[in-house]
Amino acid sequence: MKGKIAVKVDDLTVAYNYKPVLWDIDLQIPEGVLMAIVGPNGAGKSTLIKAILGIIKPIAGSVSIFGKAYTSHRKHVAYVPQKGSVDWDFPTTALDVVMMGTYGSLGWIRRPSTKEKKSALEALEKVGMLSFKNRQISQLSGGQQQRIFLARALVQDASIYFMDEPFQGVDATTEVAIINILKELRKAGKTVIVVHHDLQTVPEYFDWVTFLNVKKIATGPVKEIFNDDNLTKTYGINYKVSIQK
Amino acid sequence: MTDAQIEIQLIASLVAVACAIPGTFLVLRKMAMISDAISHSILPGLVVGFFLTQDLNSPWLILFAAITGVLTVVLVEKIQQTKLVKEDTAIGLVFPALFSIGVIMIAQYANDVHLDVDAVLLGELAFAPFDRVYYGDMDLGPKSLWVIGSILVLTLILLFAFFKELKMSTFDAGLATSLGFSPIVIHYGLMSVASVTTVGAFDAVGAILVVALMIAPAASAYLLTTNLKKMIGLACFFGVFSAISGYWMANILDASIAGSIATMLGLVFLMVYLFAPSKGFFAVLYREKQQRREVSLITFLLHLKNHIEIEERHVNHLNEHINWQKVRSKTILSLAQKNNMISISNDVVSLTEKGEEFTSKAIEYILTNEDSLIEDMKEDFFLFRG
Ligand SMILES: Nc1ncnc2c1ncn2[C@@H]1O[C@H](COP(=O)(O)OP(=O)(O)OP(=O)(O)O)[C@@H](O)[C@H]1O
Ligand SMILES: [Mg+2]
Repeated sequence: MKGKIAVKVDDLTVAYNYKPVLWDIDLQIPEGVLMAIVGPNGAGKSTLIKAILGIIKPIAGSVSIFGKAYTSHRKHVAYVPQKGSVDWDFPTTALDVVMMGTYGSLGWIRRPSTKEKKSALEALEKVGMLSFKNRQISQLSGGQQQRIFLARALVQDASIYFMDEPFQGVDATTEVAIINILKELRKAGKTVIVVHHDLQTVPEYFDWVTFLNVKKIATGPVKEIFNDDNLTKTYGINYKVSIQK
Repeated sequence: MTDAQIEIQLIASLVAVACAIPGTFLVLRKMAMISDAISHSILPGLVVGFFLTQDLNSPWLILFAAITGVLTVVLVEKIQQTKLVKEDTAIGLVFPALFSIGVIMIAQYANDVHLDVDAVLLGELAFAPFDRVYYGDMDLGPKSLWVIGSILVLTLILLFAFFKELKMSTFDAGLATSLGFSPIVIHYGLMSVASVTTVGAFDAVGAILVVALMIAPAASAYLLTTNLKKMIGLACFFGVFSAISGYWMANILDASIAGSIATMLGLVFLMVYLFAPSKGFFAVLYREKQQRREVSLITFLLHLKNHIEIEERHVNHLNEHINWQKVRSKTILSLAQKNNMISISNDVVSLTEKGEEFTSKAIEYILTNEDSLIEDMKEDFFLFRG
């Protein structure tokens, strides 16, 4: 085990209507891991992230980030939602959207300066979208929009990143580019938590994994717990994956 | 122009700008209807304010009315949150109720005061210069000018201070929340500005024109730009333009000023909708037609490049070979000729050097999708623009 615990979830239960969609979740995510959250559609993966970030209120349980409430660590946490829930026809450009990632460190009233612009351009470069910087955002493809949101998370310069299916609808080249960025983040000591659907790539991409299906099935190092037993428990059918050693 | 005429135009222009700024954000938040609700439901607030102060000129009236405006928004949201009805239904439930409470209150208790429903809905800009502010004996100008001027200054200060917050929370409230900005505070801030502006403006121009001035200029500007700052600027411009031209239209036709301004606002929107350079009705039609012609041209040039045989390149055979109607092949033929891409001798078509080069480039681009290859063609061809 590594040193500090980045995210700690205790007895978390969340319901939208009557029936809880997350039951009594206990979870500890160590600092510096690149973790996948896996589970079938409707398992509550997005809900778990939203509850950790305080976007929805749980019925019971608590969440702490580096031992403190989320609100006191806001600036250290970046979040890329599952397919950006924004108005794509908004009159703004790709660069401007990425710049918004810097607003958190600016605080109220202060305007972004050339420094913020520079880091936004760097982030665009990293995700390979520099040449689209002046495009109105509705004129980008789905995968390009996804990359803009990734760039926006990068400029936040957070210590914990939550990404809800960043590989959804991106091509193979982009997927490799994104995973390399995520691995770089881990190398820089950041904690990265990713909702992921492609089970085949879990051992190659991640070093930590959480199985979720309304309840937490298992959490730990990929090498130890990514096996047919846990997959079957999570997905309910007999799963066979060949794990590369 | 007389002093009164200048003053009326000035008041109308300031109202237009003060409305266009919150209006832009209301349009972007798809909340156009809420301004309608606010403008009607401030009535009971005015009446209550009048009861308490017994003074129609008291600034407290504005405050009470603005509070009712924000209360409308809260009520609409509360009803909507029950998930039993949608937003427009919630608006439809709240504002007639508040408005009729206001009307009943006036009829019951305030019959003898100058607070009648017609004046509330339509306002009367023409009378604005007669209600003046004095300091001792000094004439400081029309009261409306002072009221709307102060509201505009306040709006501008807030806009400059919180532009980035407004932009982010309008575009992506989730991000605003997670970065520690409270979208709810910003939301109610905007609603308060919209309410105060409505109250301050409706005395001069009436509730209906306030709504039109908030929504129409912003909606027109939305069709013209992809830059938020420019959108605000254009909305202000359209508002002022409609205010001034509407005033002169009323003057010439001897019609209601508010009605004429509203008509101008509608005309401006119609013009923009039809003639906007990239999203406008005619621009889209023209672009589609051009693109079809360009595709035909390229198909035609490719055909020429691929066929050296004379019979394939004979003018009369083009129709059957590429399957075009006569008219179409004629236009394409003359288009290619005008651009010096083909030459015709003895009714046999051949590519010129320029045509050869163009065709190779186009093929290369279609195959590789490399933008750099076609930089110099973007000017002339819609197909190759960004
Ligand atoms: N806003 C909502 N209101 C009511 N129920 C919801 C809401 N959002 C999600 N749910 C329900 O909660 C459950 C968990 O949803 P969640 O979005 O967390 O699943 P997920 O694991 O992220 O699924 P996916 O893989 O499809 O993204 C689902 O059964 C879903 O129907
Ligand atoms: Mg999800």
